[in-house]
Amino acid sequence: MAKANMKGRNAPRVQDAKERIRNFDEVSHGFDDATMVEEANRCLNCKNAPCMGGCPVGIHIPEFISCLKEGDKEGASEVIARSTKLPAICGRVCPQERQCEKYCVRNRAGGAVAIGQLERCVGDYNLTKENVKSAPDPSAPAVAIVGSGPAGLTCAADCLSAGLRVTIFEAFHKAGGVLTYGIPEFRLPKAIVDKEISKLLDMGCEIKLNSVVGRSETIDELKRDYDAIFISSGAGLPQFLHIEGENLNGVMSANEFLTRVNLMKAYKKDSATPIYCGQNVVVVGAGNVAMDAARTAKRLGGDVTIVYRRSRDEIPARAEEVEHAEEEGVKFMLLTNPVSIGGDETGMVNRMTCIKMELGEPDASGRRRPIPVEGSEFDIATDHVIVALGTSPNPLIKKAFPMLSFNPRGTIVADENMFTGVEGIWAGGDVVTGSATVISAMGAGRKAAAQIIKYIGEKKK
Amino acid sequence: MNKILSIVETAPRVVRLEVEAPDVAKHCQPGQFIILRADAEGERVPFTICDYDREKGTITLLVQVVGDTTAEIAALKAGDYIHDLVGPLGNPTELEQYENVVLVGGGIGCAVIYPQAKKRMKEGKPCDIIIGAKTSQLLFAKEDFKKFAKNLYITTDDGSEGLKGFVTTQLELLIQSGEKIDCVFVVGPMIMMKNVCDVTAKYDIPTVVSMNSLMLDGTGMCGCCRITVGGETKYACVDGPEFDGHKVDFKEAMQRVDFYKKRGNDCRMMRY
Ligand SMILES: Cc1cc2nc3c(=O)[nH]c(=O)nc-3n(C[C@H](O)[C@H](O)[C@H](O)COP(=O)(O)OP(=O)(O)OC[C@H]3O[C@@H](n4cnc5c(N)ncnc54)[C@H](O)[C@@H]3O)c2cc1C
Ligand SMILES: Cc1cc2nc3c(=O)[nH]c(=O)nc-3n(C[C@H](O)[C@H](O)[C@H](O)COP(=O)(O)OP(=O)(O)OC[C@H]3O[C@@H](n4cnc5c(N)ncnc54)[C@H](O)[C@@H]3O)c2cc1C
Ligand code: SF4
Ligand code: SF4
Ligand code: FES
Repeated sequence: MAKANMKGRNAPRVQDAKERIRNFDEVSHGFDDATMVEEANRCLNCKNAPCMGGCPVGIHIPEFISCLKEGDKEGASEVIARSTKLPAICGRVCPQERQCEKYCVRNRAGGAVAIGQLERCVGDYNLTKENVKSAPDPSAPAVAIVGSGPAGLTCAADCLSAGLRVTIFEAFHKAGGVLTYGIPEFRLPKAIVDKEISKLLDMGCEIKLNSVVGRSETIDELKRDYDAIFISSGAGLPQFLHIEGENLNGVMSANEFLTRVNLMKAYKKDSATPIYCGQNVVVVGAGNVAMDAARTAKRLGGDVTIVYRRSRDEIPARAEEVEHAEEEGVKFMLLTNPVSIGGDETGMVNRMTCIKMELGEPDASGRRRPIPVEGSEFDIATDHVIVALGTSPNPLIKKAFPMLSFNPRGTIVADENMFTGVEGIWAGGDVVTGSATVISAMGAGRKAAAQIIKYIGEKKK
Repeated sequence: MNKILSIVETAPRVVRLEVEAPDVAKHCQPGQFIILRADAEGERVPFTICDYDREKGTITLLVQVVGDTTAEIAALKAGDYIHDLVGPLGNPTELEQYENVVLVGGGIGCAVIYPQAKKRMKEGKPCDIIIGAKTSQLLFAKEDFKKFAKNLYITTDDGSEGLKGFVTTQLELLIQSGEKIDCVFVVGPMIMMKNVCDVTAKYDIPTVVSMNSLMLDGTGMCGCCRITVGGETKYACVDGPEFDGHKVDFKEAMQRVDFYKKRGNDCRMMRY
C-alpha cells in the first residue's frame, strides 16, 4: 500500500476530443474498477479528514473511500447515502477542486485524491440497483414542492422516506430542473437524472408536470391542500448585457440555446424544435453555463470563442470543463468585454465590439476588478452571440408568493434552516442563494425536509 | 394528455378545438395563452385561450395551419389527445379602466379579442368590433361576434364581404365619424397591429396590442420572446403578451419573429 501511495492522481478515461465534438455522448467514462481501487488507495484516511470540511453536505469521505479500497461499493454507498441522495450526479458536476479536493492533503503529494470520480463510481453502481417500491399512507400529511431541480428532488425523497405524501409541481414538461434543461447530455447523461426521478415515482411521489405555481396553481390552493410547502424554483431568469444590439437576431441567452438542445433535443436531425448555430459563435461569460453553451455550439459545428472580462485565474467554471473546452478547440479571449453588438439590415447580428480590460484592485468579491483600457476597442466578426452571464430567480415567484420577503436580486429570504418566516413555507436552492451548485441545492432540500418533517410531527400532536 | 372533445374546420386551414384542461379552465382569464406539445417529441407552441368553460373543465383553441405543429393539430380528431399543455400563461387583458373600447381582430388574432368581446358583452358594455380577413371565407366566428358586439364591422382585402380594404380603413372611418373611443385593442399579424397603431397615434387614442413573439418556455427563463417597449426589453410571455402599442418597436419584433422561418430546416442539426 505504501507504494501505491506514492502514485500520482489517476485520470478518468475520456472520449478523444476529435471524436467527442461530433457527438453528444458523455465525455468522461470515469474509472474502471481497478483504477478505482488504485485511486482509493491513495487516500491516507486522515484522522481529521480536512476534505470533509470542503464538502457542503459533509460526506464522510475517508470512510467511503476505505470501503472502495476493498472494492466494496455497497458499503461505500451506505456511507454516502447518509449525506447525499445524488452521488452519480454530484460526482460528475461538483466543482471538486474548490470543495472537497481543495482541502485534500494529497494536493502536496501527487495531486488530490479524485474524490469526485470515486463518488461517481459509487453513484453509477447505485444506478444499476432496482428501485425500492413503496407508497405513503393515503391519509398521511402532504407536502407541496415547487420545482423539480436537485433541491426539490432531495426534499421530496427525504419527506417520502419519512412517510409523508409529496407532490412536486414542475413548470416544464420534464422534471429535473437545470439537470434536465441546462447541463448537457455529454456532461450529465439524462438517463441518470431519469433514474433518480423514477426512484421518487416508485416511492409514491406525485409529479405534476406542466404546472406553473402562480399561474396554473395558486398559492391559496397549495395552502389549502398541503400541510407544508417547499419552494425550490431555482434561478432561471437570464441576465443580458444591457448593451446596444442585444435584441438582434442571432443573439440569445445560454438558457434558450441550452434548453432547445437539452430539453427539446434540437440537436437531433428529426427534432421538431428548431435550433440555430452560427459559424463564428461568441459566448460571453466563463461560468459552467458558458462552458456548456460553448461546447454545445462546438458540437453543432460552430467555431467558438469565449469572451470573458477577467483573466484565466478568475474563471468561475469547474476546472475540468475549462480543460475539456480547450481540448475541444474552444478559444478563450480573456480580459475582454463586449461594448456593443452590430447587425445587418435584416436585423441579423454580424459583429461585436469589445474593449480590452486590465485587472485593478480586488473588489467586494475578493477578485481583482476588471477596468476597461481606454481606446482599446476592437471588432469581432460573429453571426451568433450567446450570453451566459448568470441568472436570477424568476419574478413569477415573487408574484405568486407575495407574503414572503425577497432580497433586492429577487432571491427569497430564508434562515439557515431554509425557513421563510411564514408558517408552513420553506425555500432553498438557487431561489434562495442565486445561481450556486447542485450539491448546495441538494443540501438545502435536505435541511428543509428535516424541518418540514419536524414541523408536521409537532402539528399532529 | 389532454383529450380533444371536438374539432371543426371553421375556415380553410383554420380549426377550432375544444380540449379538456381542467386546471387551465379553472384559472384562466381573457388574454392568456397556453403552450402545448402535440406529441411526445413535439415543439412547444403557444396558442391563445379563445374560450373556456370552467364547469366542463375545457378550453377552446383556434389554430391556423402555418407549419408542422399546426398541421399536426389540424389533422387530429375528436377523441384524440394533445400530448400535454401548460397554462394559463401571460397576463390577462386589462381594459377595465376604459369605457369605450374598440376591438380590432385580424385573421387568427380574433382568437384573442374573442374572449374580451364575450366578457364585455356579459358585463353589459359591449364594444364596437372590427374584424378583418383576406377574404370572406376566412372571417372567424362572425356570428358570435355579431352577438357580442355593439356594432360589428367587417373588412376583407378582396371586398368579398363588408368593406373592401383593411381594418385600418374601417377604424379611421369610425374615428372620423366622431365615435367616442377611449382605447383600441388590436390583435392580428404584427404588420396590421403596427398599422393600426400608426392610425391611432395620429388621433392620440391609447392602443393595446398582443405580441405573438416566438416562445420556448413561456415562463420568463429563455428570453427568446423579448421585444423592445419604450426602449426597454420586455418578455412577451411574462410581461405581456399585451403592451402599449405606441411604444412597441415593431420593426425589431417583426424581424425577431421571422428568425427561424428564414432558416427553415437549415438550422436543425443536419449532422446527427
Ligand atoms: C447550464 C448550467 C450548468 C451548470 N453546471 C453546474 C455544475 O457543473 N456543477 C454544479 O454544481 N452546478 C452547476 N450549475 C448550477 C446548478 O445546476 C444549480 O445550482 C442547481 O440546479 C439549482 O438547483 P435548484 O433545485 O435550486 O433549481 P433548478 O435546478 O433551477 O430547478 C428549479 C425548477 O423549478 C421549476 N420552476 C420554476 N418556477 C416554477 C413555478 N412557478 N412553478 C413550478 N415549477 C417552477 C423550473 O422549471 C426548474 O425545473 C449549472 C447550471 C446551469 C444552468
Ligand atoms: C402568445 C401567443 C399566442 C398565439 N395564439 C395563437 C392562436 O390562438 N392561434 C394560432 O393559430 N396561432 C397562435 N399563435 C402563433 C402560433 O404559436 C404559431 O403559429 C405556431 O407556433 C406555429 O407553429 P408550427 O409548428 O405550425 O409552425 P412553424 O413550422 O414553427 O412555423 C411556421 C411559420 O409560423 C411562424 N411562426 C412561428 N411561431 C410564431 C409565432 N409565435 N407567431 C407568429 N408566427 C410564428 C414561423 O416564423 C413560420 O413562418 C400564438 C403565438 C403566441 C406567441
Ligand atoms: S458531494 Fe461534491 S463536494 Fe461533497 S464529496 Fe462529493 S464531490 Fe466532493
Ligand atoms: S484529505 Fe485526502 S487523503 Fe485525507 S482523508 Fe481526505 S481524501 Fe483521503
Ligand atoms: S418564452 Fe422564454 S422567456 Fe418568454
